[in-house]
Amino acid sequence: MTDILKSGVSRRAVLGAGLAGVSMLAMPSILRAQDKSLKVGVYGGYFKDSFDKNIFPEFTKATGIAVESVAEPTGEAWLVQLEQAAKAGQAPADVSMMSQVAMLKGQATELWAPLDTAKIKNASNLLDRFVNKYPDGRIAGIGAVSWYITLVTNTDVYKEAPTSWEALWDPANADKLGLLALVSNSFLLEVTAKTYFGGTNALDTDEGLEKAFAKLAEVKPNVRLWYRDEAQFEQSLKSGEIPMGQYYHDVTGLAAADGNPVRSTFPKEGGIQDSGCWALSRASEKVEEAHVFIDYMSQPSIQAILSRKVGTAPTVKREVTDLTDAEFAAVSSDIEPIIPRYDLYQTKSDWLNQKWTELIVG
Amino acid sequence: MRREKPQKLLDYAPIVFPAAMLIVFFVIPFATMIAVSFFQREQAGFYTPAFQFANYERFLSLFFANVLGFSLMLAIAVAICCVLLALPFTYLLARMSRKAQIVWLVALLSVLSLSEVIIGFAWSTLLSRTAGITNLLVAAGIMTEAKALLPSFGAVLTGMVYQAFPYTVLVLYPAIVRLDPTLTEAARTLGASPLKAFFTVVVPALRNTITATLIMVFIFALGSYLLPQLLGRPQHWTLSVLITDQAIYQSNMPFAAAMAVFLVLVTLGLVALTVIAGRKGEAA
Repeated sequence: MTDILKSGVSRRAVLGAGLAGVSMLAMPSILRAQDKSLKVGVYGGYFKDSFDKNIFPEFTKATGIAVESVAEPTGEAWLVQLEQAAKAGQAPADVSMMSQVAMLKGQATELWAPLDTAKIKNASNLLDRFVNKYPDGRIAGIGAVSWYITLVTNTDVYKEAPTSWEALWDPANADKLGLLALVSNSFLLEVTAKTYFGGTNALDTDEGLEKAFAKLAEVKPNVRLWYRDEAQFEQSLKSGEIPMGQYYHDVTGLAAADGNPVRSTFPKEGGIQDSGCWALSRASEKVEEAHVFIDYMSQPSIQAILSRKVGTAPTVKREVTDLTDAEFAAVSSDIEPIIPRYDLYQTKSDWLNQKWTELIVG
Repeated sequence: MRREKPQKLLDYAPIVFPAAMLIVFFVIPFATMIAVSFFQREQAGFYTPAFQFANYERFLSLFFANVLGFSLMLAIAVAICCVLLALPFTYLLARMSRKAQIVWLVALLSVLSLSEVIIGFAWSTLLSRTAGITNLLVAAGIMTEAKALLPSFGAVLTGMVYQAFPYTVLVLYPAIVRLDPTLTEAARTLGASPLKAFFTVVVPALRNTITATLIMVFIFALGSYLLPQLLGRPQHWTLSVLITDQAIYQSNMPFAAAMAVFLVLVTLGLVALTVIAGRKGEAA
C-alpha cells in the first residue's frame, strides 16, 4: 500500500485521470466505441446533419455499432486525404461517401477494400448501376444516395413546362439560361449526346466528343449565367431574372413547395442522375462493421427514409420501397436517366476541361 | 532621438518574430507553390514530385494570354477608376471638420468589413432587372422598361471599384492630410482657381503617393475571383477564376501553381516597370 502511495503519482496526474474519466462518461459513444464502432465520412453540412439526425442513431440502436460521423469536404480533397492516410496505414474514416469520379480514381490506386456481397444481403435490391466494380469484377463501392439534375423553369415566365433538353438550344431562349460552369459537374456533354447523337456512347471517341462540343457551342448565346455557386442561380430562377436552366430536382421541389414560381421537369431524354457510393478504405480494420453498415443502408426502408428526409433518390429498385407516387416523384422519375460518363473525367479530364473552358470563355 | 545601426546580433531581436512569421506563413508556402508548379500531374490521381516544364508550357497559349491580358487590363482599369474617384474625395474629406471626417472614415471602414460574397450579391440585386435600380428610373419616367445591367463588364468594374475604394481612400488619406495647406494658399494668392491649384500643385506634390496607391489597388484587384464570376460573363473571368477551377475542381495543383507563379511574376514585373518609370520621370 505504501509502495503505491510512494510511486510518485502526482496530484496533477490524479486530477487529469479523473477529468478524463468524467469526460468518457459524459460521452457514452466513446465508451461503446471500445467494442464496436465505425467512422463514417459524409459530405459536411446538410448531408451530415441529416444523417446524424435521421439515420445514424437508428443504426446504432439496431446493430449496437456506434457511428462517429466525419465531415468530409466535397471535391477530391477527401480522396487525397484518404489516399495519403492509407499509405501510412491510417483511415481517417472507415467508410466514406464518395463521388463516382473519386471512386474511379481510388480504384486506380487500389484504395477501396473489395466488398463481399455475400455479407450484404440487401445488395440484391440495388439497381445495377449503383454497384461500383473494379475492372476485374471485385466490388469497390455500393450506391449510397443519388440525386437528379433536371431542366428547371420559372412558372411565371414559362406557362408551359418544356418537354425536352432541346429547349436549351431554342433560339427563343436567348440569354435566359443558367447552367453549371464546369464540364465535370454540368454533364452537358452527356445531355448533348443523349439529345442529339443517340446516347452517351457517342462520346466514346474524340470525334464524338468534338461533335458534342460543337453542338454545345450553339447553346452559348442562350446562356446568361454559368454558375459554380448554387445560391446564385436559385435566387435568379425564383425571381425570374434567369427563367430556365439546369438545377437539382429535390431543391427545386422544395422551393416550389415554399410557394416559389419554379418547377422541375424530367425531359423526355431523362434527368441527369449523379450519385455517391459507400466505399471502404483499405487501411480500415473495421471490415465486418463496414459490411453491416452498408447492408443496413441498402435496405429499402432506409432508402425510403432518405428519400423522405434528405431528398435523395433511392439507389434500390422502386418496387421494393414503400414510397408513394408523390414521394417518388419528389425525388426521382421512371424515365430512364442520363448517366454521366464518369470514366471520361478520369481518363480525359484535362483535355475536356481545356476544351470546355475555351468553349465558354473564348 | 538618434537612430543607430544595429551593432550586435541581439539588436536584431525585435525583428525575429515578424521575420519568423513571414517565413512560416509566406516564404514556405510560396516556395512550396513554386516547387509544385514543376511537379507531374496525374490525371487519374493527384500529382507526383518531378521537375518538368509541362505546366508552364500548357499556359503559354493564345487562350491563356488573352485571359491574362484581360485580368491585367481589368486590374489597371479598377486602379485608375479608384484613384480618379478617391483623390478628389479624400482631398475634400481632409478639409472637412474633424467630426465629419470621423463619420466618413467609419463608414468607409464598415464597407471593408463586408465580404466579397455580400458585395457581389448586393450588386447583382442592385443591377438586376427584377429588383434593380432601373426600376427606380422607370418609376421616375426616365426609362420605359426595367432592364438587367448584368452580367456585363460594367457590372464587374463597378463591383470591384466599390470594393477597392475604401482601401484607396485609406492609403491616400495620411498623405493628403499631411499636405502643407500653405502650398495651395500660395497658389491661390498668385491667382490660381481652386481647380487649377488642385491639378497644378496638389496632384504633382502627391505624385509618389498616387503611384503607390495605383500599384496597391492594381495588385488588390488582380486577386479578385468572386466578383467577376458573380457579375460578369465567362469572358470577364480573371486568371484567378481559372486558377481556382484548376486547384479546387480539377485538383490539378501543378497547373494551378504554375499559373499562380506566372501571375506573380507578371505582377512583379509591371510593378518594377512602374517604379523605374517613376524614377526616370523624377530625374528628368
